[in-house]
Amino acid sequence: MSDALHTQSAHALRERVAKGETSAVEIARAALDTIHTRDAAVGAFLHVDGEGALAQAAQVDRARAAGEALGPLAGVPIAMKDNLCVRGIPATCASKILEGWIAPYDATVVERLRAAGAVIVGKTNMDEFAMGSSNETSAYKLVHNPWDLSRAPGGSSGGSAASVAAGMAPLSLGSDTGGSVRQPAAFCGLVALKPTYGRVSRYGLIAFASSLDQIGPFARDVRDCAIVSEVISGRDPRDATSVDTVETLAGTYTRELERDVKGLRVGVVRASLAEGCEPGVVLAIERSIDTLRSLGCEIVDVTLPTAEHAVSAYYIVAPAECSSNLARFDGMRFGPRVESASLEETYGKTRALFGKEVRRRIMLGTYVLSAGYYDAFYAQAQKARTLISRDYAAAFERCDVVLTPTAPSVAFGLGAKTKNPLEMYLADIFTLPPSLAGLPAISVPCGLSEGLPVGLQLTAKAFDEATLFRVASAFERATDHHTHRASMFAAGGAA
Amino acid sequence: MSERISLDEVRKVAKLARLSLSEEELERMRGDLDGILDWMTALSKLDTNGVEPTFHAVEMAAALRDDVVVDGLRRSEALRAAARSDQGGFAVPKVKEGE
Repeated sequence: MSDALHTQSAHALRERVAKGETSAVEIARAALDTIHTRDAAVGAFLHVDGEGALAQAAQVDRARAAGEALGPLAGVPIAMKDNLCVRGIPATCASKILEGWIAPYDATVVERLRAAGAVIVGKTNMDEFAMGSSNETSAYKLVHNPWDLSRAPGGSSGGSAASVAAGMAPLSLGSDTGGSVRQPAAFCGLVALKPTYGRVSRYGLIAFASSLDQIGPFARDVRDCAIVSEVISGRDPRDATSVDTVETLAGTYTRELERDVKGLRVGVVRASLAEGCEPGVVLAIERSIDTLRSLGCEIVDVTLPTAEHAVSAYYIVAPAECSSNLARFDGMRFGPRVESASLEETYGKTRALFGKEVRRRIMLGTYVLSAGYYDAFYAQAQKARTLISRDYAAAFERCDVVLTPTAPSVAFGLGAKTKNPLEMYLADIFTLPPSLAGLPAISVPCGLSEGLPVGLQLTAKAFDEATLFRVASAFERATDHHTHRASMFAAGGAA
Repeated sequence: MSERISLDEVRKVAKLARLSLSEEELERMRGDLDGILDWMTALSKLDTNGVEPTFHAVEMAAALRDDVVVDGLRRSEALRAAARSDQGGFAVPKVKEGE
């Protein structure tokens, strides 16, 4: 039935709590029931925190009963990617090397969500240490795309995406280093934002590639995405890369949602539609361009000449940073230790707990940073990054947002790209350029191809998320793409 | 086609990264890295003369927090995650070689 709690948007649920129509505890129970009945088939969660969720929900209900002001996410369930620290529950990064580790503190985004009244229901499956584009590198289990269980949900935040697409939570958080919220959002028919580098504090996010990592949300509509983005953004003294000057962005995104887009300039990267894209993706994007034109947007052609080097540059920079960040996993202070005859052997055997893709990236990163290769690889990649930023600067002289597909294909089959790492890396071809330039980018559903969702990516200038929400919202109002759901979404859940 | 990376180099990099890999894994890793590095040679053709590298995409000054005392992680909590602890510290294998 359409009124079932698990099918409701975050803003609708918050409204019901505020009006006293439904308690936060009822909403939490419905989410937990839905997880219970569906997740065996989907595999989105690595840990469900039923007790913690009900306690947080009860606290929201008590606050309401006491007449206290309710936060913007009061009583709204949210799932957290397993590389985010939530005090008192496990954070494994889907890796054996952190098996059994319990986070001793809350990430800043978790603190902010709690203060907003959100209810954390559990930790979601992911590619190990966020390294992958299909969620298949998880050391624990596969995530199945709720739209078609034989297909990948995308990655690396595949569990976060699948949990929202399957109706197990209205919201989730992921992390995006090279496309890890946008690509799974495209594959699962969701809205997701990769904020500007520095917008959201990464305190309590287990690091992968520090010059690229950002935390971003998944939602089923643009309004929900805007609300949760406002909650998690803002300056944090505990993250030295937190560059926002303001403590809170409350209202700055949501006030853009009703605006029209007449006269806004949308830059289309024609080359992104020329090669390597599935015809169904190209068709959906062409129709989206027509929609934006009919809304009064001015469509202009722009080029990103250096973008063709983005995959190479990314797969040098990210592994280099990961090889450094993951040096801390040596079995001494946290995680299992494989005691051996010598210290070096203990390190080596403990670190052999890393899975295949993580080992491959540590090796690649160590190699490109090693003496004799640094200039040829790492320095060259960082210079390519400068050129990609310049490409965007030139494009933004002619337009307000840059439009590309989010991914070149719809969700591919589980196992389809696991044999050749290069083939998997190319799944990120459109999401990498904004990441390397530190720019905000949003993915919104823009149609179906072969019955599966296609994602549209919009990229804006640094700290101009407001324009992304403005365009995304106008597009959503003019279309019904965001109303398409995975077949399991509405059926048979907890009422 | 010439090798981009030799088995000896792979062995050396694995040692630097403190990863124990079996001979079979070293060989497979060599093949994987060879393919990736070969494909990355296209990047070397990009003209970057006079281009400054980007280490952080968004310009920022060094951030300092307010100079006030705040609670840190308690020792007992920090130690709880350790494989072994002893007398309020992390217990680690002997680092210095010899007796």
